[in-house]
Amino acid sequence: MRALLASRNLPSLAAAAILAVLVVAGSVRFEHFASVGNLSNLLGDYAFVAIAAVGATFVILAGGIDLSVGSMVAFTAMLAAWLVDRGWHPLATVPVCLAIGAALGAAMGGLIHAFALPAFIVTLAGMFALRAATFLLHDQPLGIVHPFLSWMSRDAAVPLGGAALPARAVLMLAVVALGAIVAGRTRFGRRVYALGGSPRSAEAMGVSVGTTTVAVYALAGACAALAGVVFASAKRAGDPTALVGLELTVIAAVVIGGTLLSGGVGSVGGTLLGVLILGVIRLLIDFQGNLNAAWTSVATGVLLLAFAGLQRALAGLGGWADRGTGGAARIEPRLPR
Amino acid sequence: MATPAGQRSWHASPAVWPVLGIVSLVLLNALFDKLLPGGPGLFGPGAFLRLSMRDGVPAGALVDILNYGGAIAILALGMTPVIATRGVDLSVGSVMALAGAVAASLVVADVPSIAALATALAVGAACGLCNGVLVSFGGVQPFVVTLVLMVAGRGVAQLVTGSQITTFHDPLLEFVGLGRPAWLPLPMPFILATAMLGATVLALRRTALGLFTEAVGSNPEAAALVGVRSRLLVAAAYVFCGLCAALAGLIAMANIKGADPFNAGRNAELAAIFAVVVGGTSLAGGRMCLLGAFAGAFLLQALTTTMYARNIGADVAPLPQALAILAVCIVGSPPVAAMLGRRRKRTP
Repeated sequence: MRALLASRNLPSLAAAAILAVLVVAGSVRFEHFASVGNLSNLLGDYAFVAIAAVGATFVILAGGIDLSVGSMVAFTAMLAAWLVDRGWHPLATVPVCLAIGAALGAAMGGLIHAFALPAFIVTLAGMFALRAATFLLHDQPLGIVHPFLSWMSRDAAVPLGGAALPARAVLMLAVVALGAIVAGRTRFGRRVYALGGSPRSAEAMGVSVGTTTVAVYALAGACAALAGVVFASAKRAGDPTALVGLELTVIAAVVIGGTLLSGGVGSVGGTLLGVLILGVIRLLIDFQGNLNAAWTSVATGVLLLAFAGLQRALAGLGGWADRGTGGAARIEPRLPR
Repeated sequence: MATPAGQRSWHASPAVWPVLGIVSLVLLNALFDKLLPGGPGLFGPGAFLRLSMRDGVPAGALVDILNYGGAIAILALGMTPVIATRGVDLSVGSVMALAGAVAASLVVADVPSIAALATALAVGAACGLCNGVLVSFGGVQPFVVTLVLMVAGRGVAQLVTGSQITTFHDPLLEFVGLGRPAWLPLPMPFILATAMLGATVLALRRTALGLFTEAVGSNPEAAALVGVRSRLLVAAAYVFCGLCAALAGLIAMANIKGADPFNAGRNAELAAIFAVVVGGTSLAGGRMCLLGAFAGAFLLQALTTTMYARNIGADVAPLPQALAILAVCIVGSPPVAAMLGRRRKRTP
């Protein structure tokens, strides 16, 4: 019990409590809120967010940040739609998109490491460049038709006991499970945690900082690319204006799920919890009916700031993260070389 | 560049690089116009350097650069102290949209225009205060705090205008962007930006404020130990940035006589950071150049106007800008700077 209540578990416990409160409040206020159909829709609608968030979890665990995720998802969704429009089978677009996403991610990671640049500036440039590249590829929404996509975008494609899940929800759960195994059970996962905890100690222990940084951003790029293909298949379209601001949702999901913004602490499973919380908030706002969709981003932002503040407060109490030196020192200098 | 001998050599100020960039871009455009006189373009064939009179005021590509660069220059002046304290403000575009939405909605509701302007500026300062307090007293990373306002602020701007473009007719509000004073035939945004440059340089360089800001950026703990109130200073930098963003938002709104919560201030974050970085302010903090940021803003606008003149649209324009910002960051990065420094020492 004591171990469970240790300060590093507090954010995850708070997140679980918030999810429970939201679901209970929703079922009290609205009929049919906590139904199997709603849960299955939620998992389907937020599948691409969760897939992108798995990649973002690794980046933040390693002490970095990826602001390009929204543009990367929009770009790869458009790329997939563009290829399908040219007669490709949707499944054949997956390896192409994954390879391009991973390559772009690796390029950003390489710049961050090789030139000791702040991650936010490189990925901010990536965010604008990829959005522009999406417009360059096709500057209008591009609808696509394919029998396989009709199956992918169906709400109940995969029967599971009494209920049925959309195929993308099953894919998302598989990606989350795979991500959890990679983070928790592999050598690469331990390197990521070590790098996020302290780059200096990680290097002293023999972790190759450069290789790990590049690999982490490549993984995030590949996850975002997979999310893009899933998004395109669910909407049966690519849209150059879609998903502006997705980076906030993804980072919020990771942080609400208990991953420290300064890196080194957190889990992929927690991120799924964070995505579910944001999804339930969206569902509540939709059920309310008369609320503007802008409230979703306001709620997401407030929750992100609350959890980031909670992390700082707990860090001050427990002393297991860096001591507060005021916001001025937040961009950590890289290792001297 | 005709600096008297004995003073700092002409290339000592980082502001010289963006100025050189602007000059070479304008020359490049003139060259293109000579080589491809029949080519398509926004300003008509071969007309980049041509100045004409439209409704009694000068018009043309060069005037456009001064006009639209003004708002970016004001953003960049606000962003410079923030980046000098090792921070960043990603929310400037949304604060622009929000300030425009507030001013337009108030004027449409028959509030006196001077009160509407003041309220919009106050909203910008309040946004900056939220950012600043969360960064300096809350200890949350600047890019996370300001990312929240970047995404949510645009949503709030849409709530303010009811998700539509609010148009208005108000002489004072329009004058902020479209005004051409009789005694000075220059675009009002450029005049405002120059005034802001003067005021900011006076406030930061004629007092110890600028020195303190750089001290906090280069070593916050050491600055605190010598008695600089770093937290207050960092928060103040964000408030100033929010205020500047609101002023830029009013200019952008006045330019189209309407508040567009969807597109006002789009890509403004990238533009402002580009201007600051190309102007010689270090992303690692501790070193800033206000004049450089000012010149950098007009370099960015010259780049954008060049692309419009060559029929490259606003949606694709950020691609070369983003690549340019990466290139500037790489040239100024510690490894490259160390390499260049070694070479310079070897060949004195």
